[in-house]
Amino acid sequence: MKDVDQRGASRPEDLGFGEEAALLKRTARRLFERRVPTDALHRMVASTIDPIRACVWDRALWDEVVELGWTAVGVPEEREGFGMPLSAVVGLVEEVGRACLPSPLVATACATYVLRACEAAAAGELLERIAAGAAASLALCDRRGSWASGDTEVEARVEGDRVTLRGRAYFVQDAQKAEVLVVKARAPEGVGLFVVDVDAAGVRVHPDAILDLTRDQAQVEFDGVELSLESCVAAAAGEGARALRAAEPAILVLIAADMVGAAEWQLQTTAEYARTRVQFDRPLGFFQAVKHPLVDMMTMIDEARSLVYDAAWAFDNAPAEAEACARAAKSSASDAASYCSGRSVQLHGGIGFTWESFVHLYFKRQKHNEALFGDGVYQRERLAELWIGPIGGGDVDPSRSAAP
Amino acid sequence: MDGSTLPRDPAGPPGDSGDQAAFRARCRAWLAANRPAKPGFELPLGPIEIATTEQLEYLRAWQRAAYDAGLVGCDYPAIYGGRGLADCQRVANEEMAAAGVPFLPNIVGLGMAGPAIYHHGTEAQKRRYLPGILAADEIWCQGFSEPGAGSDLANVQTFAERDGGRWIIRGHKVWTSLAQFADWMILLCRTDRGHKYRGLSYFIVPIAAANGRGVEIRPLIKMTGGTGFNEVLFNGLEVDDSALLGGVGQGWGVAMTTLLHERGAGPLVTPSTGGGIGGDPAASLGPSGLVDLARCSSRYGRRAADEPVLRDTIVRLMIRERGLAATKRRAGHEALQDQPERLQLQSKLLLSELLQDAARVACEIQGVTSTLHRADASAPAGGRWPLAYLNSYGFTIAAGTNEIQRNILGERVLGLAKSK
Repeated sequence: MKDVDQRGASRPEDLGFGEEAALLKRTARRLFERRVPTDALHRMVASTIDPIRACVWDRALWDEVVELGWTAVGVPEEREGFGMPLSAVVGLVEEVGRACLPSPLVATACATYVLRACEAAAAGELLERIAAGAAASLALCDRRGSWASGDTEVEARVEGDRVTLRGRAYFVQDAQKAEVLVVKARAPEGVGLFVVDVDAAGVRVHPDAILDLTRDQAQVEFDGVELSLESCVAAAAGEGARALRAAEPAILVLIAADMVGAAEWQLQTTAEYARTRVQFDRPLGFFQAVKHPLVDMMTMIDEARSLVYDAAWAFDNAPAEAEACARAAKSSASDAASYCSGRSVQLHGGIGFTWESFVHLYFKRQKHNEALFGDGVYQRERLAELWIGPIGGGDVDPSRSAAP
Repeated sequence: MDGSTLPRDPAGPPGDSGDQAAFRARCRAWLAANRPAKPGFELPLGPIEIATTEQLEYLRAWQRAAYDAGLVGCDYPAIYGGRGLADCQRVANEEMAAAGVPFLPNIVGLGMAGPAIYHHGTEAQKRRYLPGILAADEIWCQGFSEPGAGSDLANVQTFAERDGGRWIIRGHKVWTSLAQFADWMILLCRTDRGHKYRGLSYFIVPIAAANGRGVEIRPLIKMTGGTGFNEVLFNGLEVDDSALLGGVGQGWGVAMTTLLHERGAGPLVTPSTGGGIGGDPAASLGPSGLVDLARCSSRYGRRAADEPVLRDTIVRLMIRERGLAATKRRAGHEALQDQPERLQLQSKLLLSELLQDAARVACEIQGVTSTLHRADASAPAGGRWPLAYLNSYGFTIAAGTNEIQRNILGERVLGLAKSK
């Protein structure tokens, strides 16, 4: 308890979420509610049950998002962005999740934080493109879904000032919506990060068939993609791995924020159903077997939401704590997302199990988000290393255990 | 206040106002210099476990000292014994928790009677009772539950009968912590059998002074084997109108103010030290203590900290603990909330379940040694955890069972149909 209390004493009460961030969040909610009400979303993304389907999203809305400058929120001012804290981006992403919005905004924000951790000129240039509205995504994983620094199936061959990329990146989010990728590749110096335009010669996007109807995911093939060495944003030995490590807390927090927003929709929608659906002459919510799980959804969401804003603050203000805070947030949000998804379908009864119901859209987005960049089990395993130490890391000291 | 060096960052958190920052520094300096000496006897796990006069007097002296230093009741106006500060009790609580000092014994007075009197009392009542509550000069207990009125609190049948200018009280209250030490009781009575809610009135009645003269106190033994809570029988206790808190028939409203504060959701911040046992922060009953416990516990021949499932379980609990602390901060910022009552009303539910789960997991960490009672000299960690686990059910049941808490949250926050 003591550790936590001292840690907590260093945070401001608003967790860095100021007036501008609150305004941004409110504006985003209004825009998404007006432009993508859930019935319209269902018509757009659930028009076919075929798992091999085209990537559908509202490009006009994306243009509006770009026009509003929302890709620039987390980009530093010296790169033409608004330079707002991560908590502001988190507020925006919560609303993206709440709307279950098909959009490259989250993927772009994740790429933004990787680029911010890189020092090369190309990183700054891409940040400026993002601030101006370019959609970006990260291509980091191997076929096992590992994004650990050495794990990549893309090779970078360097000759003079030319680089050639060969291989495949897996589980690339919103690859069909992105115009530019930040690609992890093994270079002679170690792991490098490279900026690659999706329409560059030799880049081929192979969409995955996925359950989530509100995003796309792909394998991206690099078949002798020719780059200038200047497009390498992290070339020096250890630089790519360092940048990814520095950005990872932000990535975890952003995905957790999407889950928290979506979970709040699941709670509100299911509570509304429990207020209005009548069985045994009573609204469902009268019955404690329905009421209490709804309350548990709420308390889990609130824990996750508090931890998400806490971690966002830590990312900007207390880097030494950021990793643990972000892993706690991702674990908590994943658990909340899982529970809320299950209850949202179950408490809707038969209608909740149909394709025509809206709850499966959120259910599937949540399951997808849970798995990204490590689920709860994964995060807790890492936290156990941080907080408890390695397995086999010490002998039992029975004198301490016997102490009163 | 002897100007001793500040142990931590004297600036305090960036959210502090100037007054709060100065107050925080004063608290810190005082706590560093005035930590109470360890007693020569064992202290109880918490205020409702106080079993001996010796324990009570040690803790009473500690509360008195903290009160005299301005750390208890500082947000109350000076005329009621406070310091008239704005939002500084929270700061004092944070500093006392960080310092790991003993808990404050007058918990019913500070957390329940005090806020009820402050919000509903007459000027005379506030001046009479509040200073004694804050200084622990007078100990308080609560007479709400009855054999037939537990979760359905409004069903209380203890009756206060009008007789000229007096009230004659007859009835039976149960689960009354601290009654054996209490000077006063806050008492919920029926004054009209015709109305369930409007038929309730709220009294302040003497307990010690009336013991054997209209009041009978009998100890109840808890599942832990401990005493500390009681049943209280009223066989014709006489009080006058000055004993009424709020008007006749307004008892339910006063009781709701009381319960709101008991559950940590009221407007007044309750003075609290965070509950270290006997001033030993390592004896915290929260999840943070589980890491050390797992490192130094051998479980069936293997170090508990090496057991993968236990590692996951401990980390889950620590995340919940951090979540509660983060929620407490978020609750202070309107822009990060959708509904004002939503976070406040969760605190009792979540904290009591977290402590219960932490105690259960502590027993798992200890393996077969968790079978040992604290009376056994070889019980690890003083046999604290198995006892804490048994005791934890007091908190998930008291102050409205957690089932009732979930009803309240579902009804008030989510607008679901009332389950009663």
